[in-house]
Amino acid sequence: MPTITFITAEGKQHAVTAEIGRSVMEIALEKSIPGVVAECNGSAACATCHCYFDPAFTEAIGPVGEHESDMLDFTAAPRRPESRLSCQVRVVDTLDGMTVRIPAMQ
Amino acid sequence: MRHVAIIGAGQAGSSLAAKLRELDFDGRVTLIGDEPHPPYQRPPLSKAYLTGKLAADRLALRGPSFYAERGIDLRLATTVTRIVPAENRIEFGSESLAYDDLVLATGATPISLPVEVGGALANIFTLRTIGDVEEIAPHVGPGKRALIVGGGYIGLEVAAALNQTGVDVTLVELQERILGRVAAAETSAYFRSLHAERGVRLLEGVGLVSLEGEDRVLRARLSDGSCVDVDFVIVGIGVRPSVTLAEAAGLAVENGICVDLQGRTSGTGIWAAGDCASLLWSGRRLRIESVPHAIDQAETVAANILGANRDYRPRPWFWSDQFDVKLQIAGLNSGYDRTVERKGARPGSCSYWYFAGEKLLAVDAINDARAYMTAKRLIDAGRSPSPRDVADGALA
Repeated sequence: MPTITFITAEGKQHAVTAEIGRSVMEIALEKSIPGVVAECNGSAACATCHCYFDPAFTEAIGPVGEHESDMLDFTAAPRRPESRLSCQVRVVDTLDGMTVRIPAMQ
Repeated sequence: MRHVAIIGAGQAGSSLAAKLRELDFDGRVTLIGDEPHPPYQRPPLSKAYLTGKLAADRLALRGPSFYAERGIDLRLATTVTRIVPAENRIEFGSESLAYDDLVLATGATPISLPVEVGGALANIFTLRTIGDVEEIAPHVGPGKRALIVGGGYIGLEVAAALNQTGVDVTLVELQERILGRVAAAETSAYFRSLHAERGVRLLEGVGLVSLEGEDRVLRARLSDGSCVDVDFVIVGIGVRPSVTLAEAAGLAVENGICVDLQGRTSGTGIWAAGDCASLLWSGRRLRIESVPHAIDQAETVAANILGANRDYRPRPWFWSDQFDVKLQIAGLNSGYDRTVERKGARPGSCSYWYFAGEKLLAVDAINDARAYMTAKRLIDAGRSPSPRDVADGALA
C-alpha cells in the first residue's frame, strides 16, 4: 500500500499507509487527520475536504472534474493550482510518497 | 469524574462525542447505539450502497480504532429503555448508568404503511439503516419489479438507484407532484423529466389503495384504478422524530424534542441534537433533517456542555444525487412567494432561487455548483441579491 503524508496547517506531519481504491478524504477520516472536515462524506457537495496536493503527482492523481473545479472556486482557503477536493482523488499505487497539505480553513 | 452519556450513535451522537474530545474534555464519554454497527454515513444508503457500489466498511464515519483511542465508550446493539431524570441515570435492560450530562441524539424513524392497506405483508421496506438495506438487497436485480411509495428525495434517490441496477421501478406520489412539500414546481419538473427519460414510471396525484398478496406483497392497487404487479415495495413517506424516551421522561416535545438555542431540553442536564431535536426558527418549531445540521448542532452542544454558552444558528444545506444529476440546496424555502430561474454556465446546469418578497430564502442548484456556492454564501451572510441580478447572470 502506498504511503501518503498529510501535513496540517500547523506543519504537523502524519505519514499513513493508504488502501488502494479509497479516496484520499476517506483515508484522512479513517486516520483521524485533523482539518479534513468532509461534511458531505465524499459527495463533492460541500468543499470541506479541500487539500493541496503535491504537484509532482499531478499526473498520477488525474484531472479535476468540472463540478469539482466549480466547487474549488469557492473553498474557504484560497484555491491554488494544486488544489483538489480530496474526496475526488482515488488512491493508486503511483501515489506512494505523495504529500497532501491541509489548508487552515475549510 | 464528569460523565457525558449520549443516546444515539448516528451522525449527531458520534460528532458530539468526537467534538468533546477535540475540545479536551477529560471526563467519561459513553456513546450508546441500538444498531450493531459503529457510527456510519446514512446518505449513501439510498444511493451507492443500495446498488452494491459501496462496501459496508466504507460507510464507517471513523476508523475502527477512533473511539477506543479517544476513550469514548462505544456501546453498540444497546437499547436504552428509560431515562430517570430525577436520579440522573439511564437504564438499558437491567443495567443502569449514571450521567452528569445526557444528550439525546435519537434521530428519526421512517413512517410505515398501515396494516389496513397491507403494510404487514413481507417484502415491504423502509430505508434508514444498514439493516434495512441488507433486507432489501436480495430483492434487487434486473427484471425485478419495485413499487416506491412517496416522491420525496429518498423515494426518488431509491428509484434512480434501483433503475440503474435494472429493476423495473414504479413510483407513486399522492400529491399532485413529486417533491411537492420540499421544492418548487420547476425543480419537480426537472426531476420528473429526468426519471421519465431513464424509464422510471412516475405516477403523480396517484395514491396507494392497498397492497395485496398471500403472505408477501404481489400487487399494488392504485387510486387511478390500475393494478401493478410488484416483487417488493419501498416506502418513503417521511419520518417521525424518535421521541419515545424523551416523552416518557417528561421532556417538552413538539415536532421533536424541544431545545433552546444552545441545545438544552426542558430537563436539567439533558440536551438534544440532530434529527430528533426541534429548534425555534422564525417563531416555529422546526426540525432539520440533514447531515451538516446534525454535525453543526451536535458540535455546538458539545461546546455548550463544556460551558461555551454559544447559540446555534442553523445554516441548512442539503444535497441529493439522482442518476448523473447533483442537486445542492442552500437555505430553507418555506414561505417563498416566487422563484427565479438562473441558467448555469455549463450545459444542463440551472438553479431556482426562492424569494419571499425581496428576501432570498433558498436555492436549488442542479448540476450547478457555482450557483449553489454563491447562494449559500449570500444566505449564510443574510444577504439578498435582486431577483433581476439572479436571472440575468449579473451575480458572480
